[in-house]
Amino acid sequence: MSFLEINNLDIQYKTRKETINASVDVTFNLERGEILGIVGESGSGKSTVANAIINLIDKPGKITNGSIKLDNIECCNNEKIIQTIRGKKIGFVFQDPQTSLNPLFKIKDQLIETIQTHLKLNYYDAKKRSIELLQEVGIENPEKRINEYPHQFSGGMRQRVVIALALCCEPDLIIADEPTTSLDVSIQFQILKLLKDLTVQRNLGVILITHDMGVIAETTNRVVVMRYGKIVEQGNTAEVLSNPQSSECKSLVMSVPPTNKKIERFKLISPEGGEITNKSSTLTNSIIQNWAVREISNEKLLDFKNITKIFDEQLFFRSKKEINKLKALDNVSFQIIEGESFGLVGESGSGKSTIAKIITSLIKPTSGEVFFEDLSLHNPKNIKIKNKYRGQIQMIFQDPYSSLNPRFKVKEIIAEPIKFLQKGIGNNAIQKNINDLIDIVGMTRQSLERYPHEFSGGQRQRISIARALATRPRLLICDEPTSALDVSIQAQILNLLKDLQEELNLTILFISHDLPVVRQMCDRIAVLRNGNLCEVEKTENLFNNPKHNYTKELLRLMPKIESIYS
Amino acid sequence: MISEVINKIINNDIGYSFVKSKIAVISTIVFLTILICSTFAELIAPYNPFDPVNVSLLDAFTPPVWVDGGSTNFVLGTDQQGRDMLSTIIYGSRISLIVGFASILFAMSLGTFLGVTSGFFGGRYEIIVMRFTDVQLTIPSILMALLVDGIARGFISKSLHNDMAIYVLIFAIGISEWPQFARVTRAATLVEKNKEYILASKIIGLSNFLIMFKHILPNILRPVLVIATIGLALAIITESTLSFLGVGVPPTTPSLGTLIRFGNDFLFSGEWWITFFPVIFLVVLALSINLLGDWMRDTLNPKLKTR
Amino acid sequence: MVNYFFIRLIQSVLVMLVVAFVAFSLFNYVGDPVHNMVGQEASTEKREEIREKLGLNDPVHTQFLRFVGNAVKGEFGLSYQLRRPVSDLIAERLPATLELVFISALIAIVSGVVLGVYTGINRDGFLSNIILILSLFGVSLPTFVIGILFIYLFSVILGILPSFGRGEVVDLGFWNTGFLTLSGIKAIILPSITLSLFQMTYIIRLVRAEMMEILQTDYIKFARARGIEKNTINFKHALKNGLIPVITIAGINVGTLIAFSIITETVFQWPGMGFLFINAVHFVDIPIMSAYLIMVAFIFVMINFIVDITYYIIDPRIRIKEEVSPE
Repeated sequence: MSFLEINNLDIQYKTRKETINASVDVTFNLERGEILGIVGESGSGKSTVANAIINLIDKPGKITNGSIKLDNIECCNNEKIIQTIRGKKIGFVFQDPQTSLNPLFKIKDQLIETIQTHLKLNYYDAKKRSIELLQEVGIENPEKRINEYPHQFSGGMRQRVVIALALCCEPDLIIADEPTTSLDVSIQFQILKLLKDLTVQRNLGVILITHDMGVIAETTNRVVVMRYGKIVEQGNTAEVLSNPQSSECKSLVMSVPPTNKKIERFKLISPEGGEITNKSSTLTNSIIQNWAVREISNEKLLDFKNITKIFDEQLFFRSKKEINKLKALDNVSFQIIEGESFGLVGESGSGKSTIAKIITSLIKPTSGEVFFEDLSLHNPKNIKIKNKYRGQIQMIFQDPYSSLNPRFKVKEIIAEPIKFLQKGIGNNAIQKNINDLIDIVGMTRQSLERYPHEFSGGQRQRISIARALATRPRLLICDEPTSALDVSIQAQILNLLKDLQEELNLTILFISHDLPVVRQMCDRIAVLRNGNLCEVEKTENLFNNPKHNYTKELLRLMPKIESIYS
Repeated sequence: MISEVINKIINNDIGYSFVKSKIAVISTIVFLTILICSTFAELIAPYNPFDPVNVSLLDAFTPPVWVDGGSTNFVLGTDQQGRDMLSTIIYGSRISLIVGFASILFAMSLGTFLGVTSGFFGGRYEIIVMRFTDVQLTIPSILMALLVDGIARGFISKSLHNDMAIYVLIFAIGISEWPQFARVTRAATLVEKNKEYILASKIIGLSNFLIMFKHILPNILRPVLVIATIGLALAIITESTLSFLGVGVPPTTPSLGTLIRFGNDFLFSGEWWITFFPVIFLVVLALSINLLGDWMRDTLNPKLKTR
Repeated sequence: MVNYFFIRLIQSVLVMLVVAFVAFSLFNYVGDPVHNMVGQEASTEKREEIREKLGLNDPVHTQFLRFVGNAVKGEFGLSYQLRRPVSDLIAERLPATLELVFISALIAIVSGVVLGVYTGINRDGFLSNIILILSLFGVSLPTFVIGILFIYLFSVILGILPSFGRGEVVDLGFWNTGFLTLSGIKAIILPSITLSLFQMTYIIRLVRAEMMEILQTDYIKFARARGIEKNTINFKHALKNGLIPVITIAGINVGTLIAFSIITETVFQWPGMGFLFINAVHFVDIPIMSAYLIMVAFIFVMINFIVDITYYIIDPRIRIKEEVSPE
């Protein structure tokens, strides 16, 4: 008999239009001392199952069938029993440390309150225990920090506090729902290590929910793979990932960017089993003719020279120490050669987005110059000439849900840059352009008449790409274009970008925090940290022989799906 | 064609919600009825009570038709000068509605313009506009309207003031309502401004003006509509209050508030209907608008959706 | 901390100066002060004499400074219509208005918050729905209508409460109060309920919206996941977070009450400042208007300041700047 047994769990959401099956016949077990991963793409039902275990499913969702047994006590859908278990036998860790803690209460109060709810301890004992807990999760100086408020802790530290709160009543089961998704790679590594240590030290059963295969490979003992509410495969992590049996799982594993080599394209199979080909078969000769693809000159296209950017106007009010904090970029220089794919990698706050905004003239640098083909972009004298160059630099963004105007039809969105930059262009020409563009990104002509909200994240990114390409840009900046997408969709979009670059001779600046993705997409890579450029190197050299310490750290800490082989 | 449109409305989330909510439908019907009646007052009201030809003191103080002494000529009775209550109410509601709509339109235009531009451009301009908004928001609309009206009275001579009273009133109420719009539109603009489709437009080189009015404005209309509807009810109530206090529309073109003031004198002497019916009408009007605004706020608010 | 208050203090002073300027302009440029004082028959020499005496020929900034100086001392000149010092008039009537506003504020804020919290927590309950429907009525009924209806019901038909005036008033030197006599207490019941109704319904709806939003946040969800009891969550966690916007509302509320007291005082013929003001608007009695303006602005500014102080005490995010400790 297992520590946790879930059998035939069915969860449904009844909306006015339809009934959504969030989970169908879900069955799995968990033992003490092991970490079970639940992995799946968005909409797979992983979070719903976790919420079901503690009976906190949002309306109109309901558990319609099934059994959940913890230590042989049936607690499915039974609020009375769950009330006694929540916090005491089961600890829950949510995804976003920013919003998980009540901003108006000190950490001390939140800990002590939880402890006193479940354990019969007086105030001083509870406080003592809280301090011990903070020590255990790795917070330095806990006697002092316990009196602070949540906003005084950084993201990673806050998540540690959340874990402490989940542990404070000595639970046996911990459920962590995407606990490290919003954290930087280095902090993610520490938090996952903490979880692994705690599992062993306290003999806990841990359910770790994530969409990141690398995390699964490095952290979990067993894994459950879900898709559309059903379990498609489960078993020992190493076995499932190295030798997936079901086509859905195979498709998932194949989409993960390898960390140890560069491949030409992702070989994709659809979850139903067939192979997905995306290449040039959609690009007809006529499109390439129309587009008069440029010759590559292999010359310097972009020269980013000594750029410093400080975000603050009232400089003279602040001390030198504070100026350093607000320095988004510090004397950064690099060059992009025409036709190449240049990667920019860094964690949050490194300045990567700032660079993108400076190149596209959304922000002005505090000092330094940016040359696009020998034209200084920020020199006020060049404003008139600059208009000629508009459209030659284009950008696609991270969030597919805010990158398209919800009030415009797709055809209007794509046509807008064309109409704006080529005033006087006839309607027929515009229509032809739009048709070509929607074909190139692999979507149907009917999509043109629809609105953004009718499309999924991946499809919206394709529309964004079509819009960006509408002005025949020479430099395409991709700012975390796939970070918000599921792994299988990411693979498709990355394939598309590779194809487009080849066919249209595009120069790409690829910005991401995700090292494996950057390895697949780029010829050369620049590593950024806190506004400083650490190194610029050819991709293979960077990964096989990193020179800067920070790069070495990043490579060491990134979760690798290949770790199952070691 | 029409069945297509109707199908589209019902399938649309908002349309469905509307048709399903009995309250929304009823209040819209009531509101539209009042609106139509007052617009076509000349055709609908049994008399024109402000044409002295129709009015005779002999008819004064006639009670409603279901009370002893009532007459079918005057279904809701007459007032102290012999004017038919039903007619005065219909004409009066027209004035109330005109002032209400005009002042809200004024407030909406001014407030939206200031809100969108200050949210978009930021900097000192935004700080100044927001200070104004903050300060004005602490001053209740009644006071603001009274102030503007009082100042106007000081500047304009009495006879001219009578003619201009309606415009002064519209201006006064409009000035007191614009901060609501400014605050909401600024907050919404700040949210939209950072969205990536706006960045995409900036990169192409669209002018600020184009971005604000072609891209941002259509996307922030929902909260504006909610505030406009609720503001309309508030404007009508404010106008009636000012007229009741004697500083609103001139007595020659009475609104519902003025009528209530007229009738107040007779409340204790037994002619209750002269006050009562305008009161009911005013409350029904305000209530229907508020119900509609309430429904709009619940439907159009993305945060309170239950999947 | 000093920074926080200093800025706000400066802002308050600036606002007062602006208001003073508006009041001053009213005084000097709307209508002719001399004309209003002596009427039409006075000769030109007499007018000149009076102009000199009043200092109306001095440069604008001197006049303004004099005006501000006087205002600080509480001197606003003589009422055009009543020919009495404005400061006396205000001193007589201020207690009436303040007592009325105080009771109404108490009623509106307390019942508003209590009912708002209740309807926020029990979203779909039967009682909640009734309260909400009634609150909708409250927002649609203008204050004067409520007043009239109350008078009709309680004075005319039932005859148990007075329909006008303040009842017997006890003079305490600088203050006169109606709280110490039975007739005074009876007299304040209807006006205060009338005045509070509109605001109460507004507060109910706002507090309800706040509570509903807070109850859907992550930290509430996390508290439930930790097994914290429902009542504790509702009344300790949610409420404390909900208090912050409620404080602003309460602050603005008192201001609104003062404004709406104008209406209530008119309907109930309550001898307060609002009644005074309305008559002043009718007769274009500038000294009273400008004095009222300054008094009210002063009260608003004070309330804002108190609200800011309360924010500071309650919300630690304002008190303690974000310090990000190194990992």
